[in-house]
Amino acid sequence: MTVSLRRDAPPAGQDAGRGRGPSSQPCSVRILNQIRKGGLPYLFLLPALLLELLIHFVPMFFGILISFKQLTLFFIRNWQGAPWAGLGNYRIAVDVNGAIGSALLHSFLVTCGFTVLAVGFSWLFGTVAAILTQDSFRGRAALRTIFLTPFALPVYASVIIWSFMFQYNNGLVNDLLHNVLGITSKPSFWLLGHNSFFALVIISVWRNWPFAFLCVMAGLQGIPRELYEASAIDGAGIWQQIRRITMPSLRAVNQVLVLVLFLWTFNDFTTPYVLFGASAPSPADVISVHIYQASFITWNFGEGSAMSVLMLIFLLLVTAVYLTVTSRRRKNA
Amino acid sequence: MRMIRVSAIAAAATTLLTLTACGGGTSTGPGGNSSSNSITYWASNQGASLQADYSVLNPELAKFKQQTGITVHLQVIGWADLLNRILAATTTGQGPDVVNIGNTWSASLQATGAFLPFTGSTFNQVGGESKFLTSALGSTGAAGKPPTAVPLYSLAYALYYNKAMFKAAGIASPPATWSELVADGKRLTHGSQYGLAVEGASIPENIHNVFILSKQNGASFFDSAGNPTFTTAGNVAAVQQWVNFMGADHIVNPGDAQYDQNQSLSDFAKGKAAMLLWQAAGTALKADGMASGAYGVAPVPVESGTPSSSNPDSMVAGINLAVFKDSKNQAAALKFVKFMTSQAESAKLNGEYGSIPPVTSALTATPAANQEQTVLRNVLSSSAVALPQVPKESQFETVVGTAVKNLFADAASGKPVSAATVKQQLSSAQQQMGS
Repeated sequence: MTVSLRRDAPPAGQDAGRGRGPSSQPCSVRILNQIRKGGLPYLFLLPALLLELLIHFVPMFFGILISFKQLTLFFIRNWQGAPWAGLGNYRIAVDVNGAIGSALLHSFLVTCGFTVLAVGFSWLFGTVAAILTQDSFRGRAALRTIFLTPFALPVYASVIIWSFMFQYNNGLVNDLLHNVLGITSKPSFWLLGHNSFFALVIISVWRNWPFAFLCVMAGLQGIPRELYEASAIDGAGIWQQIRRITMPSLRAVNQVLVLVLFLWTFNDFTTPYVLFGASAPSPADVISVHIYQASFITWNFGEGSAMSVLMLIFLLLVTAVYLTVTSRRRKNA
Repeated sequence: MRMIRVSAIAAAATTLLTLTACGGGTSTGPGGNSSSNSITYWASNQGASLQADYSVLNPELAKFKQQTGITVHLQVIGWADLLNRILAATTTGQGPDVVNIGNTWSASLQATGAFLPFTGSTFNQVGGESKFLTSALGSTGAAGKPPTAVPLYSLAYALYYNKAMFKAAGIASPPATWSELVADGKRLTHGSQYGLAVEGASIPENIHNVFILSKQNGASFFDSAGNPTFTTAGNVAAVQQWVNFMGADHIVNPGDAQYDQNQSLSDFAKGKAAMLLWQAAGTALKADGMASGAYGVAPVPVESGTPSSSNPDSMVAGINLAVFKDSKNQAAALKFVKFMTSQAESAKLNGEYGSIPPVTSALTATPAANQEQTVLRNVLSSSAVALPQVPKESQFETVVGTAVKNLFADAASGKPVSAATVKQQLSSAQQQMGS
């Protein structure tokens, strides 16, 4: 009996203790054995897990805690002593009839519009460029490198350069559109009024499309050439190849790519902050800067945290729905 | 597939987590708060660059060390970061011992309780309250409470005008009233040259100018209880007047609506505008290549033509010096405050930065170096008033400054700025002040 059990015993690391009689060893030793054999990998992961908790979850926990407090300038020195606000901060943030709530809603809608446009164009440019550079030709490597430059440049420096280019009096953009090409009858404001929204979209697309390009390019490497050759023999044109072969094969890559681009763009703080300073013009008042202003400039950290938590919940919901929907579709496909 | 989903979730989670995890970074200088014979000092950026400040301050700190044996670790911090750094230091209790603050922040920072209040005995340790100018002490915290800081450098607004342009336009003297300023401005505006340069997107500049215009209208942005009263007729008229220099009078380049990096200073220095309202612009104009003989300095206009304390033509601008309550070495910190506000140092440092010494003995000991200094000293001693010393001051600057910035954007794109639009902007600003 014992012999046959031993022979059938699973390899070490799965459940090696099972072969011995239940009473042959004391319980503590058995647990130790189990840890030694089965849990060892987890033991190695423990420091990383603890650090992860420390770095990500502890600040997050305090962020959520603060959102239930009236943490204004009167209490920042001793924030634990700030009075509890209950759901007060949340009530103000979602009260769309109040000044703060309606400004937050406006900012939220601006951010949604900005994100849809910026992600859409980044993805489109990245995919088109990746498909166009799929076949090898002279200078392809150089071209790919040039395409990736915006992604490699430091954000701050590149956004500052864009803000110079968008200046009203002496910016390159107005110079080109107005003085050289004569498209506009007078110089336009790019960092004020409605144009500021488009300026922000343009810079965001410029910065993020190389990432889409990189991901799609990597995804394209995995598609067997034979598929294209076979389809060409069957008479498929380039559009049909893209529609029937390239896009379906890229589905997994696109799923991650669009999600990551969405989260990056939605949360992007550096671009609008460097471009507009602490108070963005109303048409480009995206939520990250809005929350910064609500908490750091007006010194109402409770309110700012409540807004952050609401944004977190929204993004979690979007992410969950997105992953469920896209995964189900893939399973059905 | 599963791996991709897992990695997608992981990527999503990491990005999401950074959201609520954001907060003010803390940084302490070398030896901050700890060793007994050294203190950390955060200085604000007063010179042309951070480096220039180090070269001005370091020799003085060496003198202080020689006199007292106390080492001062100096960190010059740009204006964009200073308030956030102070807030972070306040929250964590980890910060410098001594810090420069913009004097308009005094009441707001006082409310946090971060700084050592200057009560009678504390004042005595730095040389007594009486050594400072009364007007400068007016912006060191809320009335009726011990000051939260002491004045270090004082500044006031003045009208800078281009002498050659005035001569070419046949204008004999600088405008003393706003009607004259508009009339002169129109004569000075032609081609690519404009009558007046403003910093339309700068929150502090907008606030300072609108505040003065409102004071001249007899209005106030706060009532005596410290509650906002943004939408009173006097405030609406003040904001409308300021924005309409661009919108209705057309004496300001619409491009100025975008300015928030001191571009108006350089426009004035380069002859693109004939007038500028600024505080102690001399050093900066020199750096931009404008000779001191090329411009004249006059008091900011008031409608009556004669500024007074009830009809002010400037805010009391300036920098204060505060000691952190959490400082482990308060005695050394106060010694340093005493040193920095001593007659010799006050005269020396204010001379370097082109500001006015708020220490009476230093002011009387050093005669005004030029016409600019004479005007600024006069303004500061007779017709300058402090910005509201209420805890919500910093909030007020942000929301009203942003409202004015938005109105400038309207004016620049040709939209009329009526009293109704101004009132609507100010009313929404007031609502954002919350309870």
